[in-house]
Amino acid sequence: MIRLTRRYRFAAAHVLHRHDLSADQNFSVYGKCANPNGHGHNYGLEITVGGKVDPESGTLVSIAALDECVQKHVMDRFAQCNLNEDALFATLVPTAENIARAVQDLLTDSVACEAGATLVAVRVVETARNYAEVEALASECVNR
Amino acid sequence: MLRITRAAEFCSSLRYWDPALSAAANQRRFGRCASQHGHNYRLEVTLRGVPDPATGMVMDLKDLKEILEREVVARFDHRDLNGDTPYFAKQVPTPENLAQVIRDLLIQALPAGMLDRVRLYQDEDLWVDVLEEAL
Repeated sequence: MIRLTRRYRFAAAHVLHRHDLSADQNFSVYGKCANPNGHGHNYGLEITVGGKVDPESGTLVSIAALDECVQKHVMDRFAQCNLNEDALFATLVPTAENIARAVQDLLTDSVACEAGATLVAVRVVETARNYAEVEALASECVNR
Repeated sequence: MLRITRAAEFCSSLRYWDPALSAAANQRRFGRCASQHGHNYRLEVTLRGVPDPATGMVMDLKDLKEILEREVVARFDHRDLNGDTPYFAKQVPTPENLAQVIRDLLIQALPAGMLDRVRLYQDEDLWVDVLEEAL
C-alpha cells in the first residue's frame, strides 16, 4: 500500500471560546487560548492521499492538482484569516481537532474529483508540540 | 510487537524523462521536472518485531545501518538516478517509484516479515510511505 503526504503551511488567528459560556468559564476551559482578542499560529497542514501509482506517470497523484485543490479549498479560505470569522466555525470552536475535521470535509470530495486521489488523513500541526490528525473515510468522486 | 525506525540520507540528481519521447515532448509532459535537478532525500525505515529477550533489540541497529548503507546509500548517494542506476530505464524517478524501488531492495535484504514501512522524504514538505501488509 502506498501513500503520499504533502505539507502545506498557513498562518491564521483564532480564539477558543464558546458563546454559551461566560468569560470566566471560557478561561477555565480553554485557559490563555480564550484571550478575547485572539492569538495566532503558523499551522502546518499535512495531507495524505492514497491510490494506485499510474505506471505511465509513476505518480499516484498529480502534485500540481493536489496543490491547486488545497490552495483553492483550504489556503484561500484559512490563510491570513481569523478562523472564528469563517462560517465553519460559527458554532464550532476552532481547535486543532475541529480544524482537522473541517479540512477533511473541505477536501474529501474535492481531492477525489479534482486530483483523482483518495484522501487518507489530515494532520493539523498547531505548534511544534501539538498536532491533531483525522483519518478520512474513503470517498469516490461520483462526477468523475 | 513494536517498531523501530532508522533514518538515512542521500543526495541524488534526476529528471522525469521518457526516452521514447522527444526533448520537447518530455518538457511538455513533465514540465520543470524534465530538467535535470536534485534532492536531499531522507529515508526512514521502520521494522517491526518482538525484541530478543537477551539483547532487548528487534534488530541490531548497527546491522540495519549497514543494510541501509549497502542497499540504498551506496546505490543512490551522489549519483544520478537516471544515468547511474538501473531502476529508471523504464519508469520515471518519482518519489512514489523510488520509494517502491527502495522497498524492493530492502525486503530482500532484511529478515522476512520485519519490514513495516518505508518512508521517503523528497523534501521536508513531500513524502511517500510504502506500508507492508499487517501480519
